[in-house]
Amino acid sequence: MQIGTDKVAEMARLARLELENDEIKALTVELSGILEYVAKLQQLDTTGVEPVSHALAVVNAFREDEVAPSLSREEALANAPVATGEAFVVPKVF
Amino acid sequence: MELETVIGLEVHAQLKTKSKIFCGCSTEFGRPPNSNTCPVCLGMPGVLPVLNRRVVEFAIKLALATDCTVNRRNIFARKNYFYPDLPKGYQISQFDLPIAEHGRLTIEPEGAPSRRIGITRIHMEEDAGKLIHDEREPQSYVDLNRTGVPLLEIVSEPDLRTPAEAAAYLRKLHAIVRYLDICDGNMQEGSFRCDANISLRPKGQQEFGTRTELKNMNSFRNVQKALEYEERRQRDLLLDGREVVQVTLLWDADKGVSQAMRSKEEAHDYRYFPDPDLVPVEISEAWLEEVRAGLPELPLARKTRFIEQLGLPDYDAEVLTSSRELADYFEQALAAYPAAKKLSNWIMTELMRVLKGDEGIDIAACPVSPPHLARLLTMVDEGMISGKIAKTVFEEMMNTGAAPDAVVKEKNLVQVSDEGELLTVVREIIAANPAQVEQFRGGKSKVMGFFVGQLMKQTKGKANPQLANELFSRELQGE
Repeated sequence: MQIGTDKVAEMARLARLELENDEIKALTVELSGILEYVAKLQQLDTTGVEPVSHALAVVNAFREDEVAPSLSREEALANAPVATGEAFVVPKVF
Repeated sequence: MELETVIGLEVHAQLKTKSKIFCGCSTEFGRPPNSNTCPVCLGMPGVLPVLNRRVVEFAIKLALATDCTVNRRNIFARKNYFYPDLPKGYQISQFDLPIAEHGRLTIEPEGAPSRRIGITRIHMEEDAGKLIHDEREPQSYVDLNRTGVPLLEIVSEPDLRTPAEAAAYLRKLHAIVRYLDICDGNMQEGSFRCDANISLRPKGQQEFGTRTELKNMNSFRNVQKALEYEERRQRDLLLDGREVVQVTLLWDADKGVSQAMRSKEEAHDYRYFPDPDLVPVEISEAWLEEVRAGLPELPLARKTRFIEQLGLPDYDAEVLTSSRELADYFEQALAAYPAAKKLSNWIMTELMRVLKGDEGIDIAACPVSPPHLARLLTMVDEGMISGKIAKTVFEEMMNTGAAPDAVVKEKNLVQVSDEGELLTVVREIIAANPAQVEQFRGGKSKVMGFFVGQLMKQTKGKANPQLANELFSRELQGE
């Protein structure tokens, strides 16, 4: 399966990756190769096979509705590049 | 050209669980910013979300209450987008296998026939955090307490035809989540939020017109107003031969106008895929039945019972069952005062006039308890106070929360039904007003109103009106 540079540029935009034109070109070739490789799976006859979303056979892993301790605010904010004493700070958004 | 309006609503209802949907953090509203977070809801690497069972139970409740088909197999999906209120870079939601589909809700808009509005789907998802914008600096603050609070998203079919119908649908859905006790329904705090899609098309046309999306409407009234505004705006454009541009609009309740959100231009591409961290949920028949058995009486059933068993008019029953609290209040008072219609009249006029707010009736804040109201009406029936005095007593009860007997006693409002006591005053009035006496005897029976009025004035409204009439008739004709 072949994809074009526009598709790669679109994916980069969605992933917030800033790529140079030559990077987009290189990635287009690499990604096309990967997709072609994976496309081999399409050759399998899956008639009558139920689609699966998970490889595990487990279902219904629940927790009960009980409150557990949260992190302290200091811990919660510890990794933030910018924070006030009580909140994360980000560039203005709308 | 006659135009038809098409409206569909998306409602987000925050669930009343103690803990978040995928972690044990508290869902309590109003805590200091970022004090209800943990590695799971902060989106730290390597954590494993585990589903809160109660969320599924609540979702099943709503599904059953809205006649939905419950999907036995559920999976969660990742909805990918970047926004500062979404720490993981994706929201855990449901996509192609939501918990419920194909439901309906019957609405009864005031003065219009009842209609069934389709519910496309209900799905479970997590809420995002909250952004607070700095007024002066070009920055925003992020509070992640709300991140991971469970939500049900309820999507209606584009079946609504007027803003009033949209408001009626919303009120009905609100009443149901409150009856089910799965959401506190507080629109101001954002526990019950609504987005609307609206478009216009020439009547009779099958295809939908270009729609716009409305956000930020935090009351029933605002939803209706915003939709009415947008309906007018689109109609003006179309009748002018211009086109509606697909856009997301924010409603400004203070100015009464909607404004286009700074557009994110490109159509969203959320790249949904099954969340590998969360295994599928399978809902057994037994679980379904267990939830069904625990369902409370719903608004429509309760309304029908009020009409059929209590003999209330349709209108009364509709108003009284519009909220679970109001219906509970009515039934608690009814237990001590079984005259349903009289009680209903009192609640719908006196009580609701005082309590009415934009979100309907906040009966929980009512200082007059149901037994006190029942007692007040009993006192009127027993002739201890007149109906007019009862309103004065009620006002005082609303102000102080006092029992009616205490108010009547303290303010000395007991109705005077003592014949001797009243007779003295009656005779004085007759003696003091010879002209009116002449008129009455000349056949102007209307003058009776004047006499009774005088008596009421002198007794400060406490005279038993029936007895007053009797005494005057007797005294005036007797001489």
